[in-house]
Amino acid sequence: MSALTDLSIAEAAARLAKGEFTAVDLTRAHLARMDAGRRLNAFITETPDLALAQAAESDARRAKGQAGTLEGIPLGIKDLFCTEGVQTTAASRILEGFTPQYESTVTANLKKAGAVFLGKLNLDEFAMGSSNTTSAFGPVENPWKRKSDPAAKLVPGGSSGGSAAAVAARMAMGATGTDTGGSIRQPAAFCGITGIKPTYGRCSRWGIVAFASSLDQAGPMARTVEDCAVLLSAMAGHDPKDSTSAPMPVPDFARALSGDIRGLKVGIPVEYRPQGLSDEVAKVWDLGVEWLKDAGATPVEISLPTTRHALPTYYIIAPAECSSNLARYDGLRFGRRVEGKTLDDMYRKTRAAGFGREVRRRILIGTYVLSAGYYDAYYAKAQKVRRLIADDFAAAFQKVDVILTPTAPTPAFAIGENTDDPVTMWLNDVFTIPTSLAGLPGLSLPAGLSADGLPLGLQLIGRPFDEETVFRVAGVMEKAAAFTARPQEV
Amino acid sequence: MSLDTAKVRSIAELARIEVADDQLPHLAGELSKILTFVAQLAEVDTDGVQPMTSVAAMTLAMRDDVVTDGGYPDKILANAPEAAEGFFTVPKVVE
Repeated sequence: MSALTDLSIAEAAARLAKGEFTAVDLTRAHLARMDAGRRLNAFITETPDLALAQAAESDARRAKGQAGTLEGIPLGIKDLFCTEGVQTTAASRILEGFTPQYESTVTANLKKAGAVFLGKLNLDEFAMGSSNTTSAFGPVENPWKRKSDPAAKLVPGGSSGGSAAAVAARMAMGATGTDTGGSIRQPAAFCGITGIKPTYGRCSRWGIVAFASSLDQAGPMARTVEDCAVLLSAMAGHDPKDSTSAPMPVPDFARALSGDIRGLKVGIPVEYRPQGLSDEVAKVWDLGVEWLKDAGATPVEISLPTTRHALPTYYIIAPAECSSNLARYDGLRFGRRVEGKTLDDMYRKTRAAGFGREVRRRILIGTYVLSAGYYDAYYAKAQKVRRLIADDFAAAFQKVDVILTPTAPTPAFAIGENTDDPVTMWLNDVFTIPTSLAGLPGLSLPAGLSADGLPLGLQLIGRPFDEETVFRVAGVMEKAAAFTARPQEV
Repeated sequence: MSLDTAKVRSIAELARIEVADDQLPHLAGELSKILTFVAQLAEVDTDGVQPMTSVAAMTLAMRDDVVTDGGYPDKILANAPEAAEGFFTVPKVVE
């Protein structure tokens, strides 16, 4: 018997429409999975009562013939999206107990489409991390296990680690993520699911706790390409409340999944075989190229020479923007306050108690690179290199329609590994950061398993606002990959 | 690039984050390592390159200069650690 929690969003929507089960049934099934999987620590705040009430309202809307595109579909929300009346923490002690009085645009759009929210998902503190181990609410565990060492607890990736783990473990049919340097794509790869960071500007940032505003972008995570397409169509759209939100119509992305990629040119960047790339990842990448050739596409070697400078560029720009965005946590208007003798003393004590180590480190780096005397050497320099990185992609897209790369250099690692040195941890995002700096859409989909039984992801990168081509190619690759493996415990 | 503890103390002061003296040497080591890593950008030739401040290929839209929001002080103050008579409160700043 196929459990309700195994259905894709598209299948569930069709069967809800036929009346085979109700939104309340579907929500109950997912709440039961959340109970069974609580050990994974995927959620910071579960809202079962609210979810059941929303599901009942959804069933009532359907009875009246007012079903939206996501009517009755249970989703998890990364705890970086402000949700009216539901605690929003950004996985930080400094926001513990913060209850937004408003709803983010993206979650409001999902609600308008009829979705049911199961709760708020764990993440790296302020979305800063690649392993979900910087959360003030404890690490998230990946539902996948190494065959050779099933006792080892693996990371789900980050920062959208709770989102990826919850979707992989069938606790939610889909989830929202956010991606600043790879925070949707790398966890999707580590947990064997699909996720897309759309073009910068596609989704409104209004009501999403800010990390690095020139890079932050929301996107969907789900178990199929089609589900991501359906979710993104609902999440995206112009919003006057975000001045960088693109005033463009949102296509019905699912319609792009024609299955026909004949004649398409697929770029394969020669620089994307760095030292430390696992043989297994390289092999699955080669396999991906074969699938595309079999479907009638042509691989084309391309060069993205400035790519090797993407990580240092990112680790100047992102901390600079973070230090300025996180200045708002002052113990004054919301969140935590630690009393001090003077106003400055209160700021210093509040921020020392509220921020974790990785966040503190990034604020300090950001403060330094923006400070008088260092601005040109670091920040202005990084902004110039950023333009060269974006120019590399623009030149490549003169010759090709889409670019194929691995998503991450390795499969999921164990909790506690890669923590000695922040720079080693950052290497996880070596394939995803260049795309973020250029503002391009990037999708990760599961392409196979490592010998040790862990999912490996491939990334498709598209032209600005051409998510449709990305989805179209992803649909073909998904079919060829026939990835049906599931986490051992599901 | 290496930072000494005095420099780290002054950065922390600018960022308004209290750092205990015994944590300064370790933090100086971590931050120096990061700065050494990012210093490789110096080798990239960026002469004549315009800094990229935004990836969005559009100019910011102007809007009418009118009030479109507001009128709910209770909501604004709902999450304040401390509020009184419709205001946020802070420690005394005038002696």
